[in-house]
Amino acid sequence: MKEFSTLIGGKAGDGINSAGFLVAQLFNRMGYSVYSYFDYPSLIKGGHNFSIVRAAGTKIGAHRNHCDFVLALNQDTVSLHPDLIGGDTVVVFDSYKVKYGNGVPVDIDKVLAEEKAPGVMGNSCIIGAFACAAGIPWETLVEVFRKHIPKSLDLNLRVARRGYDVAKPGIPVPRLPGKAVPIVTGNEAIGLGLVQGGMDAYVAYPMTPASNVLHFLAGVQGETGITVVHPENEIGVILMALGFAYAGKKTAVGTSGGGFCLMTEGFSLSGMSEVPVVVVLGQRTGPSTGLPTYTAQSELFFALHAGQGEFPRLIAAPGDAEQAAELSAIAVQISWNCQVPAIILVDKTLCEGTYSYAEELVKVPRLSPPDEPPAEPYQRYALTPSGVSPARFPPVQGSMVKVNGYVHDEDGITTEDAGITIGMVEKRKRKAATLAGEVKKFDAVRVFGNPDSPDVLLCWGSNKGVASEVGGELGIRVVQPLILWPFPEEQFRKAIKGSSRIISVEDNSTGQLAVLLSRFGIGVDHQVLRYDGRPFAVDELAARVKEVMAHG
Amino acid sequence: MAEETFITEAQNTWCPGCGNFSIEFALKSVLAGLEKDGVSRDNVVLVSGIGCHAKIADYLKINSFYSIHGRTFPVATGIKLANPDLHVICCAGDGDAYAEGLDHLVFAAKRNVNITAIIHDNRVYGLTTGQYTPTSYMGFVGKSTPLGSFEEPFNPMELMLCSGATFIARGYTKKLDSLQRVIREGIDHRGFSFIEVLQICATYNNMTEYYKPRVYDLEGHDPADFDKACMKIREWDYNRDSRIGLGVFYRTDKPTFGEHLREKEPVGGKDRMAAIAKILESKA
Repeated sequence: MKEFSTLIGGKAGDGINSAGFLVAQLFNRMGYSVYSYFDYPSLIKGGHNFSIVRAAGTKIGAHRNHCDFVLALNQDTVSLHPDLIGGDTVVVFDSYKVKYGNGVPVDIDKVLAEEKAPGVMGNSCIIGAFACAAGIPWETLVEVFRKHIPKSLDLNLRVARRGYDVAKPGIPVPRLPGKAVPIVTGNEAIGLGLVQGGMDAYVAYPMTPASNVLHFLAGVQGETGITVVHPENEIGVILMALGFAYAGKKTAVGTSGGGFCLMTEGFSLSGMSEVPVVVVLGQRTGPSTGLPTYTAQSELFFALHAGQGEFPRLIAAPGDAEQAAELSAIAVQISWNCQVPAIILVDKTLCEGTYSYAEELVKVPRLSPPDEPPAEPYQRYALTPSGVSPARFPPVQGSMVKVNGYVHDEDGITTEDAGITIGMVEKRKRKAATLAGEVKKFDAVRVFGNPDSPDVLLCWGSNKGVASEVGGELGIRVVQPLILWPFPEEQFRKAIKGSSRIISVEDNSTGQLAVLLSRFGIGVDHQVLRYDGRPFAVDELAARVKEVMAHG
Repeated sequence: MAEETFITEAQNTWCPGCGNFSIEFALKSVLAGLEKDGVSRDNVVLVSGIGCHAKIADYLKINSFYSIHGRTFPVATGIKLANPDLHVICCAGDGDAYAEGLDHLVFAAKRNVNITAIIHDNRVYGLTTGQYTPTSYMGFVGKSTPLGSFEEPFNPMELMLCSGATFIARGYTKKLDSLQRVIREGIDHRGFSFIEVLQICATYNNMTEYYKPRVYDLEGHDPADFDKACMKIREWDYNRDSRIGLGVFYRTDKPTFGEHLREKEPVGGKDRMAAIAKILESKA
């Protein structure tokens, strides 16, 4: 497979994330599919930020630990990543700030001074030099800049041209037949999916890695017609969302684990009052504040058990941008139709990773609520065979709509009656069965790699990208459950049918998916776990899996 | 229309002599008056917290969201933003609004969201059987403070004034006329209306004898004057002895939160998909 990886690094404030996006767009226009990983510490200025942009002829969703190009805006970029830089790597560096023996020096400081350009345009300069080193036509760069940095376009182009002119060709990147596609972050894909699923309002308090869902949706309120609110805290967030939903607006919220801790009382209220809400839960390294800008998959159990009492919930765990859009759209619909809370369980790797987006892969079914005729007079919690009572929203002429967090009767009035309590518990259990039925309507478990292999590499969430690639390389079967609750047991058993060994890969230290599977009597034979906050690179995971297969 | 039709079949479990009966009576009278003036009860939503006060959500035959302790205001804000045509009334207790959910109260006032807050302030936790609250006087002997509380109360009306509430009033459960009047004025006010109701707790904090000689109706007070309102609000600090004014202390007109949403056009179906396609195109 023809592929190129590019590391671009600098200090926070150098615009590394946008530089990575521009590099990705250059490859996009050269016909490549891209994935990029963005690594940054929790600070605003200074520190070391880097982005790894990987471009390939086929769809990818993970990085590799070898770079063909390095664009160094600071010394750390060449000093801190010896494993990424090999003898064949073309290193383009800012010769004013970086000491490096063998590479393409660009005196960015001098260029900026002569062009009277601000410091942040240093990345335009180095991207110009990179384009030359990679044999990317100047016109392609102009096209990308014109579309994606229309502000001060002429100056940016002049600065980039200076870089382009002083560099020399290094590794030529051949043009592939693919055409340019949208490049989106996981967070943007989630936002698009929520909108596609019919969401009316998004309510959130900022928290990494989910803040950019808030920023993205706030920015597209006009054209999409949604309402976006940023309240005082996460408790206010989820309760406000329930207020919206009570009045008939499909609503989602977004946060990370710490914020979700605050939301759990509202989450449980959603379960009891049957007022739906969708929670985007972006995991990061915990416990507590943990590593705020790094990844983890350590909140599966939290998501499964959040909130006091027993109530049905939906947990969807997408693994790439298309799945993120698709599952977000599905979660909005199922949550609304079944009147249950839903969690879109993602992580920093997916949220802030950047993906070439193949819209045709996003298949959103149009789902409808269980067909239950509304009773007269209206009862908000009418007992029905499906467990789902027809929802109506005030004003309803001549009827009242009462919702309640206490145990309540069919009218929504508080009760302590044992019989009604049992009736309502059983109503919620029927609703859980209805919910499980909804999950059966689509492919809730995906298989990649070699479907006939007796070796199964099991993954969930953002590890789908790296695991499916490793599975392909090693010729083994890769299984990814997209819905983690209600667990799609039947589909999962079908996916692992005929396997003799299951190797799971998770970004946590206890193997939470493996523990969940044990509840269904499904054993995982080997676990490959990572818990340093960083995502697996393809070559790293391949080596770990090979080792397990050889010795396990 | 008979006022009785505003009461559900739910069995009332407030103690005999509870101040909540007065608030319930006042509110249903106001609702009946509103209906007479053309505001159907179908367009009214009551949001309650948790505590004795909150049972009013079960007892009043109107739309209601019986929420959780301290969280009435964000729920009410969500409802109002989702449908600005609804009249949203929050009934919250003092533990509810001033302790567990104080942040939400301050922000509801700061945003000037167009809802009405009725605080059932009996200055004690009733349902949890008698502990001090943020407005209990210093030295309050309760189950969690057997030696007397060591905290001074805060003055919730002063807090609301500096938080940006645009309507601030006080009622008393033994003065039904003025209570009804301030509730009606609060509902009619455009913006965040804060109605602090001194409420008798017949079982754990019966202050009838204390309030009786001290309460008086505000007369000749100009609620549009911020400085005078501030002084009037500070007349009684909920701790030291003084006269206790009843009526509207402050009223002003400011833009309300989410006003712009009223004009918002819903975007659905094909238009929404076209918007998504356009956003994606911008990322290519």
